[in-house]
Amino acid sequence: MSPAAAGPGNSLSVPVKDGIGRSNPILVQALGICSALAVTALVNPTLVMGAALIFVASLNGLMISLLRNAIPHRVRLIVQMLIISVLVILVHLYLRAYHFEMSETLGPYVGLIITNCIILGRSEGFALRNGPLASFLDGIGQAAGYALILLAIAVIREPLGSGTLCGLRVLPETFPAAMLLKAAPGAFITMGVVVWVVRAIWPEPQQTEHPESLH
Amino acid sequence: MTESSLFGGLAVVFLAAILTNNILLSKFLGMCSFIAISRNMRTAVGMGIAVTFVTLFTAMINYLIYYGVLVPGAPLCAADLTFLTFLIFIMMIAGFVQLVEMFLERFIPLLYFNLGIFLPLITVNCAILGVNLLMIDPDRHFGFAQTAAYALGSGLGYLLAICLMAGIRQRLAQADIPRPLRGLGITVIITGLMAMAFMGFTGMVDL
Repeated sequence: MSPAAAGPGNSLSVPVKDGIGRSNPILVQALGICSALAVTALVNPTLVMGAALIFVASLNGLMISLLRNAIPHRVRLIVQMLIISVLVILVHLYLRAYHFEMSETLGPYVGLIITNCIILGRSEGFALRNGPLASFLDGIGQAAGYALILLAIAVIREPLGSGTLCGLRVLPETFPAAMLLKAAPGAFITMGVVVWVVRAIWPEPQQTEHPESLH
Repeated sequence: MTESSLFGGLAVVFLAAILTNNILLSKFLGMCSFIAISRNMRTAVGMGIAVTFVTLFTAMINYLIYYGVLVPGAPLCAADLTFLTFLIFIMMIAGFVQLVEMFLERFIPLLYFNLGIFLPLITVNCAILGVNLLMIDPDRHFGFAQTAAYALGSGLGYLLAICLMAGIRQRLAQADIPRPLRGLGITVIITGLMAMAFMGFTGMVDL
């Protein structure tokens, strides 16, 4: 995993900044791409997805970290999956109760937060070895880094693909909507371009290859 | 439904899951393992087979659990337990993977050594949970046989995509790619081009 472990001397804001920048889960670690692309055709579902992920990742970090000395090593994966599933169920029930249309739009992708590698990756790589507060903040940082990339992709795709931004029309009706950007290939290519631009502006000193041990 | 139209319906679901509704190229599921494992052909094939196998069996088991226990008024438990769906499904997948691993290690050690390293990884493969969650989508009205056909097709679709990618990446190793685009960037863009090619199947079969 990334070397983002906050030592005792580091300030607590470090995990948050790291998640957004130096060890951004999508750009640097290539984690969590699965759901990154599916919801990004429109900005609003992307924001909801980002918020849901921040909720699950931070609370999961907190709980795993509190339980880290009580969880037997052999069954730790199952325990982590259990905690993540419970948190995701909370998000799912909340969305169905108060934002039903959004819940329908997101469909199975809310449930798929369970298998989002960022959450399990951070809980394996960070929360099992660090204190509760640091793990909580690390969860927020990693999820925020993920949400920012999602947002960048959505902000490109929605105006060009549908002519709207957050559901409001920003381009005239006569503007030819690029159907390709709305469909699946547009998501992949937009993401490739975003990764390209970000890495061209802030080159990585050493290309940390995605660890094959996860996923 | 007559016998022949039932078979035809299954073939449509099966082909649609491979081509037009490819789990990876149109639903974006399984991308993490797709990017990590597609560096060479041998491991790509191993991963693809493991995913196909686990998807097929967990989808069938979870289908029976969902309609036998979880839905309101189900034969084994009348109460509405659908809020437990995520939890039950992921536990079932984790348990099944563990079981397969132990079975292979004990009885087919050769296959275990070839496939072994991929098995623990696929518990958290989004493609498998994805198929499990998509099959219970109320709009689809999948029966048991259709679920099995859909799961098998999705697994094979994943195998097809990851093998194609492994072949392309072996060629790509010799290409001169701009530095910031190397690795993740170029892989995702090529996946986009592949998805575009697969869009050509649209209209051939529809779910």
